[in-house]
Amino acid sequence: MLDFTYHRPASVADAAKIVGEIEDAKLMAGGMTLIPTMKQRLASPSDIVDLGRIPELKGIRRDGADLVIGAMTRHADVASSALVREAIPALASLAGQIGDPAVRHRGTIGGSISNADPAADYPAGVVGLDAVVETNQRQIAADDFFTGLFDTALEPGEIVTGVRFRAPDAANYQKLRHPASGYAVVGVMVARFGSNIRVAITGAGPSVFRAMEMEAALSAKFAVESLAGVSIDAADLLSDMHASADYRAHVVGVLAKRAVAAIS
Amino acid sequence: MNVTLTVNGQAISRDVEPRMLLAEFLRDELRLTGTHVGCDTTQCGCCIVHLDGEAVKSCTLFAVQADGSKVTTIEGLAGTDGALHPVQAAFREHHGLQCGFCTPGMVMMGADIVRRIPGADDETVRHELEGNICRCTGYQGIVEAIVDAAAQARS
Repeated sequence: MLDFTYHRPASVADAAKIVGEIEDAKLMAGGMTLIPTMKQRLASPSDIVDLGRIPELKGIRRDGADLVIGAMTRHADVASSALVREAIPALASLAGQIGDPAVRHRGTIGGSISNADPAADYPAGVVGLDAVVETNQRQIAADDFFTGLFDTALEPGEIVTGVRFRAPDAANYQKLRHPASGYAVVGVMVARFGSNIRVAITGAGPSVFRAMEMEAALSAKFAVESLAGVSIDAADLLSDMHASADYRAHVVGVLAKRAVAAIS
Repeated sequence: MNVTLTVNGQAISRDVEPRMLLAEFLRDELRLTGTHVGCDTTQCGCCIVHLDGEAVKSCTLFAVQADGSKVTTIEGLAGTDGALHPVQAAFREHHGLQCGFCTPGMVMMGADIVRRIPGADDETVRHELEGNICRCTGYQGIVEAIVDAAAQARS
């Protein structure tokens, strides 16, 4: 790994100032992706801006009917949070399925969504639950946040400060976990907000996406049988050494049915 | 860059390159070679130490990130009087090792599991060990040891 200059700002404003002034500076949250990437020299930033000591980015709070999770809140904290478990148990469950316990002691929600790995779990939670990503500059609807493979709507130097969730009537996350990496080969979040149903898929495509046909079928009638005959087009999905696109398309259907069954 | 931290109860201060991993700091700077580096890719868990009381993979953490923290390694898990930690004792009792390479990480993760989930059953322990790999496939004794220690922690 090439060496770098290490910064440890105490506020979001200070962090933004550093990344604004140094072109090649990289923000680091938990480092669970960035450090392995740097070891392989797939990234060699001149400067690392460690967000780990910024108190305003940590913690989970209620704001009216919403739940706001600070960007630097770790997966272990979300998984064990009484607030999250009560308001959105599916989100606590999702966080508890990321990686392994040691990874969950470091990895954060802000880092996960900013990295936008196609096989990460949180994108399905954020999109499926119709969350709003809060940055130091603006609010971004989840549907507009994830723009492609490892790509988001974030501008250079823009810092995710938190994610704002509203509690659904019911939600469930189902995942086919890669046995070695722990990443989602396929992950499906189904959420019900009144008659509005959202189905978000991670792991299967180059970026998280919503299964619109499934949503329409479930909005008409929220039942497992509504998904019969509704399939996902494998042409848009990923094929790799772990799973073919056809297999992933099949698994999306299986997991969506399991998620619906769990909350209907 | 200076890093000042507490390792196994001892105050330590060193100048390190920012890129130095905590695992390298422990092994190369402090000669605490009980912390092993197996995969170096955050998967095998051989490098697990406790950072402020929680299990983390020290191959995926810069030493400078641990500045001001308390680190416990396998060398510091037993009591100062030499009494084994309950998880260490259970590993001995249940023969929870074969070649021993993964053992420091298994024991440190085992202690973390027992702390978080007293009374953890077999299925829970196997799930919690997803980030620890034993190339000898000696999981049976490892799981039995942690389940036993977890049962003791509850009683």
